[in-house]
Amino acid sequence: MKKNKQSGMTFIVKTITNLIIGFMMVFGAYIVLYGHITPGGGFPGGVMIALAYILITLAYGRKVVESMVSGIAGSIADDFGALVILVLGLIGLWIGGTFLFNFLPKGTPFSLFSAGNIILYNLAITVKVGMSLYIVFLALAILQRVVTEDETQEVRK
Amino acid sequence: MTLYFLDFVLLIIGLYALVVKRHIVKKILGVAIMEYAVNLFLILLGFRKSGIAPILTKDMDINTFIHTAVDPLPQALVLTSIVIGLGTLALMVAMAIRLYERYGTFDMEEINRLRG
Amino acid sequence: MTALLPLFTAIPVFSAILILLIGKFDKKNFPRIWSVLTSLSLLVILAVIWGKGTIVHEMGGWKPPFGVVLVSDHLSRLMLLIVNAVAFLVTIYSYVYMKKYEDYLRFFTLFLFMLAGMNGVVLTGDLFNLYVFLEIASIASYALVGYGVDAEELEASFKYLVLGVLASIFILFGIGMIYSVTGSVNMADIARFLTANNIADNKAVLMAVGLFILGFGLKGGLVPFHAWLPDAHSSAPAPISAMLSGVLIKALGIYPLIRIFYNVIDMTPVISTIFIVIGCISMIVGALMGSGQIDIKRLFAFHSVSQMGYVIVGIGLGTPLGIIGALFHLLNHSIFKSLLFLSSGAIENRTGTRNMKELGGLREYMPVTSGSAIVGSLSISGIPPFNGFWSKLIIILAAFQAKNMWAAAALVLTAFLTLMCFLKFLRHAIFGEASERVKGAKEASFAMVFSLVIFAVLCLLVGIFNGWVISNIIVPAQSVITNKLGYISSVLGI
Repeated sequence: MKKNKQSGMTFIVKTITNLIIGFMMVFGAYIVLYGHITPGGGFPGGVMIALAYILITLAYGRKVVESMVSGIAGSIADDFGALVILVLGLIGLWIGGTFLFNFLPKGTPFSLFSAGNIILYNLAITVKVGMSLYIVFLALAILQRVVTEDETQEVRK
Repeated sequence: MTLYFLDFVLLIIGLYALVVKRHIVKKILGVAIMEYAVNLFLILLGFRKSGIAPILTKDMDINTFIHTAVDPLPQALVLTSIVIGLGTLALMVAMAIRLYERYGTFDMEEINRLRG
Repeated sequence: MTALLPLFTAIPVFSAILILLIGKFDKKNFPRIWSVLTSLSLLVILAVIWGKGTIVHEMGGWKPPFGVVLVSDHLSRLMLLIVNAVAFLVTIYSYVYMKKYEDYLRFFTLFLFMLAGMNGVVLTGDLFNLYVFLEIASIASYALVGYGVDAEELEASFKYLVLGVLASIFILFGIGMIYSVTGSVNMADIARFLTANNIADNKAVLMAVGLFILGFGLKGGLVPFHAWLPDAHSSAPAPISAMLSGVLIKALGIYPLIRIFYNVIDMTPVISTIFIVIGCISMIVGALMGSGQIDIKRLFAFHSVSQMGYVIVGIGLGTPLGIIGALFHLLNHSIFKSLLFLSSGAIENRTGTRNMKELGGLREYMPVTSGSAIVGSLSISGIPPFNGFWSKLIIILAAFQAKNMWAAAALVLTAFLTLMCFLKFLRHAIFGEASERVKGAKEASFAMVFSLVIFAVLCLLVGIFNGWVISNIIVPAQSVITNKLGYISSVLGI
């Protein structure tokens, strides 16, 4: 983590953020991967991972987090997530005759690799939702900066 | 029965905030409270007194699951509804920021150039 | 054949994501060309499944009532025809029109999402799935209304947003009420439960009926829920105004009302009276308030409210003739209202103003645009041989047949008010002395003129061949609406 003394919040917040980020990411990954057995799944896991990035934005400032995952990279990852979901649905249409058909082997119940392609959907939704929330927050942060710096000019962004 | 009544009171509080308050951000919070109220109503429909969460574990008999679990279908509907509400709220907040840039005020009474 | 149904929503979403990905590298040409190809391919798929009876597609292989079904019967095919044909012509129009905003990428992405949402609403057979697709289309339209981020457009978009979210919340409340009574959200299953147990007086069902009229009426722009419509439809860019007034208020407002009140819950005499009263008030209020406007897009938007009142009166009458008139007026209104909005966009593009008093004498400087505006005005006023005359005549005859004299009087009065308004529009804007702004105007570009001419030709053709259109497209849709048991048996297979 770059320690930028000018931007972001105080030292206490930055230290706590350093300690918590890893835990948040691992917990989000756990919610996603076990989504077909325990409550959770794609959407809450994606929100956890996005919240980790938002926490870094709040504690360290926008420039630090943009150097980790830039706006363009987040946007492209977002599009790939959506594309994977749609392609999986269309493959189900081609193989099974109905949209979103479950075409992978179903395995034994209550184990990690069961329930067909639900785990693939969960992973794709995580990437999509996480990156979506991240770039929405980044866009709102950019808007805020521009409004307070240029009060007299009309800005089109 | 009191749970449904209290949920309705929450909806009315959200509606009051949306209609009466003049500040844009308070109106957005009113919409958020109304969405919470409707999601809560959907979950309350499936409630069963002293029921367990609808998670099937390895050592549970299917009959005990049917007779004691709360209804899982409204919970799936509410998950979708929460995501939709998130998208709408993000759009509203972005639009409020843009309105502040153009009009210079957060007061909805002064943002009425379109009339008649 | 059933595998083609999900493609109506999958293909626009796929195109939208592809435009987002590849449009980052090629901002100008790829979004526009790919959108035109997408809407053309949807029309081709519609031509393949046309006339095949009722098709039911079960998503994911799960049978109803456990899974989501997509149902395509004659009413859905009529709505799909309206939505996709207008969308195709509007994408051709906006090929050139969006140059002044210089941001094709986000416009066409949002446009394709709105198209996917509308296709999903008319195809689905499940109440909650209808709500999800309604939200997709609505959120895309909220963003599209405030597209050029000027002060007035943002204010109109915010008003539309708040009222639209309120409507969605009430619709979800109504769905919850229906679920608490019947235990299922599948439309055919709800219909089977309600007819088998005969609970017409159940308080929860009545509350759900009231909430649905409130929610879907707000989306469809009926009085007293019309407050967002003039601002939103006049401040949006012209192709979006055409899509909103032409298809969105029909697919999201009127179609769910028809589907729910004829195929799911029974149409009792009380609901029928409510529809007729709301329809009459909408017609008269819309026409009266429209006659005082000098902004041409605001005038067209108020007349949208008025014409939707016609459709709701026809639906509320409940007789087969009334439903045929209402559906035919739905088809006609989408053609001529889109034509009027697109021509107003062409006028604004060349002269820079929407004020009727500043325009005048467009007939010499922009002949094709003013010709199509004349065709549109004559159609909406109900002048033969254009298409508006026949559908208004059928609804008035249905009102006389049902012995509802107040409704018939209101219908005839509104027809006169509409004619008066549009003659005023023609006198000020098209004929008369040419003002300074108009003198420098040239004819609109080829893509815009192409869409305008196709719409005007469709107005004339549907008017002349109205017998063929009614018996092949409208009457099958009407037979599906009044046949609730047929709907239940074709979806559930019992």
